[in-house]
Amino acid sequence: MSDVTNTKRVIPDRLGTKASRILASWEVLLFAVAVAIFVFNALASPYFLDVWNLSDATFNFTEKAMIAFAMALLVIAGEIDLSVAAIIALASTAMGGAAQMGIGTAGLVAIGLGVGLACGAVNGLLVSGLKLPSIVVTIGTMSLFRGISYIVLGDQAYGKYPESFAFFGQGYVVWAFSFEFVLFAALAIVFAILLHATNFGRQIFVIGNNEFAARFSGIPVERVKFILFLLTGLMSGVAAVCLTSRLGSTRPSIAQGWELEVVTMVVLGGISILGGAGTIGGVVIAAFVMGLVTFGLGLLNVPGIVMSIFVGLLLIITIAVPIIGRRIREMR
Amino acid sequence: MKKLFKHREILLVVIIAIMIAGFATRAQGFAAPGNLANIFNDTSILIILALGQMTVILTKSIDLSVAANLAFTGMAVAMTDAAYPGLPLVLLVVMAIGIGAFLGAINGYLVWALQIPSIVVTLGTLTIYRGMAFVLSGGAWVNAHQMTPTFLNIPRMPLLGLPMLSWIAVAIVIGGWFVMNRLPFGRATYASGGNPTAAVYAGIDVGRTLFFAFVLSGALAGLCGYLWVSRYAVAYVDVAIGFELDTVAACVIGGISIAGGIGSVAGAVLGALFLGVIKNALPVIGISPFAQMAISGIVIILAVVFNARAERRVGRIILRNRAAVEVQA
Repeated sequence: MSDVTNTKRVIPDRLGTKASRILASWEVLLFAVAVAIFVFNALASPYFLDVWNLSDATFNFTEKAMIAFAMALLVIAGEIDLSVAAIIALASTAMGGAAQMGIGTAGLVAIGLGVGLACGAVNGLLVSGLKLPSIVVTIGTMSLFRGISYIVLGDQAYGKYPESFAFFGQGYVVWAFSFEFVLFAALAIVFAILLHATNFGRQIFVIGNNEFAARFSGIPVERVKFILFLLTGLMSGVAAVCLTSRLGSTRPSIAQGWELEVVTMVVLGGISILGGAGTIGGVVIAAFVMGLVTFGLGLLNVPGIVMSIFVGLLLIITIAVPIIGRRIREMR
Repeated sequence: MKKLFKHREILLVVIIAIMIAGFATRAQGFAAPGNLANIFNDTSILIILALGQMTVILTKSIDLSVAANLAFTGMAVAMTDAAYPGLPLVLLVVMAIGIGAFLGAINGYLVWALQIPSIVVTLGTLTIYRGMAFVLSGGAWVNAHQMTPTFLNIPRMPLLGLPMLSWIAVAIVIGGWFVMNRLPFGRATYASGGNPTAAVYAGIDVGRTLFFAFVLSGALAGLCGYLWVSRYAVAYVDVAIGFELDTVAACVIGGISIAGGIGSVAGAVLGALFLGVIKNALPVIGISPFAQMAISGIVIILAVVFNARAERRVGRIILRNRAAVEVQA
């Protein structure tokens, strides 16, 4: 491929047309993958293209995606929260205990969200207040939060939630659109606006790209990070309400291993794990991709632990492919 | 600085001694030599894994796949032993170390060649390896009666009053001390994590050092796969689930900095023993074993706070001052 391309490469700062850039973007690639998986599933299983089946399939990712939105902001800012699944366990345990004492639905939701916020505040204080590395801190709080659930529950479980509480995980708003799916869509819009159209969102990107410069630009780095941990805790609380309501029971092992799936979703969505880059749109598409993969494999009777192999591979391959691609381009 | 680290290890020894003395007042015989030997034997596997984890953490990385590696290797070795009872144990142990090292090499390669952050790589391989253990076994268990007596008995065989398992841990601790303090590889891990740029200028291949740190961690995890399966006389998919966090906890408690370059073999061993003493004391003094998870969580957080205070003296303050000067100029 000849001189023409060579002369073009003389201009190093040319970015190409806007359309070509959009076509080569991570989100579009991911969307193509999502469509491919959708078509493959539709061909592989006759049960896939059923409205109610598809509606059921959304439960595979809505709760995780709610956390992934907040986690995306946190990862863009250069931090991570591995305690999200443990927060779900603790919030769910608190709601279960409250339900046992006869507290009504509104009270339960308040408790779930409140515990989420409190856990987020603990993480935030440790990371931005005491300036500790978030990976280790949240490994510690992950053990602590789930550990408290184990102390409270042991090998027992809470059941007996009020009937109206079931709406959050099992109710439908209109037709086949579940409450969870509508909430997921609404939160996607809220987070997209927060990240891409507000000062706060810009500050997150600046912190992720260069924390030092952010400080000198007068951005309250610690406060922004604290708010992001609060937000992640709150979204874990929201997910806890939905999941507990959907399952109708609480065990201390609830949502075990979700932190991995949430991080996978975030990274798959094109958020740079090193911070500073990414979009909420990417996370939304990644949520659909993961939901479709697990649901499709489920229809083909693939056991859950084998699905987790696919999730792990998906995580590594989606990060490795662009790196290898860049290497090949640099070699030419 | 060196005094400070000595301090940390002595401090841990004192804390562990106080804990043992304290528990002994609540439970007669807790401090008896026999019981202490039991605790050490019980903690042996954690000590070995913590040493591997330490090597990786020293290079500024983390290996979250050790427990999954252990589960896969343990399953592979147990199934091989059940299927071919004639194979000599040495071969099985070599196989365990080999598989473990190979799985570690996959992690290392991804981190080295593709420069993917280690936490992402090992979070991914953590699920993949454990999933592979399920694929390998089809979800079935390998029980004690399917394993050969040699396979089960060697780690329990007493030698000079301690079981072989404890001696293996002792040997690996001594070997680990030698590697970290007397071999170029050990110095290279400290240099790669402490200051990667300076390490490159000093002629150290940082990427290669990282790779071999993961291989070492994987090989030790593989060995522990055999030891675990043999000790508990059963292999199933969920063996040692979540144990990777205990290894990280042992390192953090032992004063190994998660930012790399700081830590010692003695620290990792003492960190593991600290957790081992707590784990063995809880049932004795009548606290529910369910409390163990929360206690490790609190201990990890306290250790991180403590480490950060010990480390916050060199780099950061200089950096801030220089920046302040630049702004004024």
